[in-house]
Amino acid sequence: MSVVQVRGLGVEIGGRQILRDVDLQIEPGEILCIMGMSGSGKTTLLKCLSGLRKPTRGRILIGGEDIVPLSEEQLDRIRPRIGLVFQYAALFDSLTVRDNVAFGLEHHGQRTRAEIDRIVRERLADVGMEGTEHLYPSELSGGMQKRVGLARALATEPAILLYDEPTSGLDPVIARTIDDLIRQTRDRRGVTSVVVSHDVPSVFRIADRIAMIHGGTIIAHGTPDQVRASDNPHVREFIGLDLAP
Amino acid sequence: MSASAGPAVRPRQPASSAALHATLVFFGECWLLAAGAIAAVVRGRVRWRDTLAQMSAIGVGSLPIVLAITFSTGAVFAYYTTAVFVRFGAVNYAGGTLAYGFLNELGPVLAGVAVASRSGAAIAAEIGTMVVTEQVDALRAMAVSPLRYLVAPRLLALVIMMPLVGVFADAAGVYGAYLMSGAHGVPHQAFVESVRTLVDETHLIRGLIKTVWFGFTIAIVACREGLATRGGAAGVGRATTSSVVLCVVLIFVSDFFLAQILSGGSVGQR
Repeated sequence: MSVVQVRGLGVEIGGRQILRDVDLQIEPGEILCIMGMSGSGKTTLLKCLSGLRKPTRGRILIGGEDIVPLSEEQLDRIRPRIGLVFQYAALFDSLTVRDNVAFGLEHHGQRTRAEIDRIVRERLADVGMEGTEHLYPSELSGGMQKRVGLARALATEPAILLYDEPTSGLDPVIARTIDDLIRQTRDRRGVTSVVVSHDVPSVFRIADRIAMIHGGTIIAHGTPDQVRASDNPHVREFIGLDLAP
Repeated sequence: MSASAGPAVRPRQPASSAALHATLVFFGECWLLAAGAIAAVVRGRVRWRDTLAQMSAIGVGSLPIVLAITFSTGAVFAYYTTAVFVRFGAVNYAGGTLAYGFLNELGPVLAGVAVASRSGAAIAAEIGTMVVTEQVDALRAMAVSPLRYLVAPRLLALVIMMPLVGVFADAAGVYGAYLMSGAHGVPHQAFVESVRTLVDETHLIRGLIKTVWFGFTIAIVACREGLATRGGAAGVGRATTSSVVLCVVLIFVSDFFLAQILSGGSVGQR
């Protein structure tokens, strides 16, 4: 059974149609990459999946439960199952790395401080950031902030991880490291991952399936090979198949 | 004429209607924030560590400004009025009149304006920055209510700290007036006796009730403006400015009504 199902999703903001008739199914443990140009509606779709934005129409089923009609308090019951890694990490700048990663654990559950410290150390080690607990976000590079953002999202052991442009603004070497982390995280933990990106090489490196979004709707959907073979002109242009050598 | 040609054009709202709509939205959102934050406080879902940090920032941070403003105002107020009291041979009323005005009106209002300018602006800027850097979205994504984490501790801190700041404001203002009156012909003993005769604790309490309301207003308006921030650094600037302007206006307007309500028509009586 699909972990996430999106049916007939539409979002209208200020009279402008951002998303229309979006249908998606996300299977357990897969990495689905949603790619598209800037302004195509990718991030809006991600925010709908995380419950941060209410769609104008359609349904989003997480583990079989439609989250669209839920209130903010009811959504708080679903949210611990979903981790969100923000484009610019969105770390709390007044808190240290340790407190950022521990944040979700300290606000939910009954863990002792020693347990929380252990989990923080483990998650930071998972993303190659051990020994940075005492630093503040402003003391980290963009790539390091994204890793800490991933550690923070992983701390509460979500079943679904949503990544918003994880490699944007990073140099190719760091971007490749982040790609490896996304795959390792899925391989180690079996986390279902949804990655929104316009970084074509990154998408083809990590995706099990790709959905191409254009003008607020999905115009191609399939395995990387199927998308590469698409004859849709927007897809071919975006992935560079129609570019002159 | 075909209605389907070209993109749909939305009818533009008249300016007065848009302003009314914006005003209703503002007060509606303030009401929802206040209700949610009070509910969080009543249910005991506010972290005291966060509240104490806010109390320290608001109290300690605002105090030097409040003391400077109220001491100066007290002294200037005395400078102008003492001449009149001396001229009409009414030096025995100078201290009481100045203290009466300060405890009921100037102390609370000046403290409110100073805290709105300093702490209210800081709250709006901090929360606004958190909004544009997606930190507020990160809170929601981790199932932590911004109302509980951001608004409630600031509301509690301001409501607790404002009366304390108000006491210091009253003391500094009256002391400034005392020194200036003494320098312009009002004997210190006469000033003190006059205060004892014309002023009692009800005037102090009346003023402190005002400061509680002003603290509540500053917290809700500053948090609302911060949470409504849109559009990057410029948006944070706009939120900070509008927070200060709205707080100051609401302090003066609500002071007008509070003065009527709290005095119960017995102005000048003990």
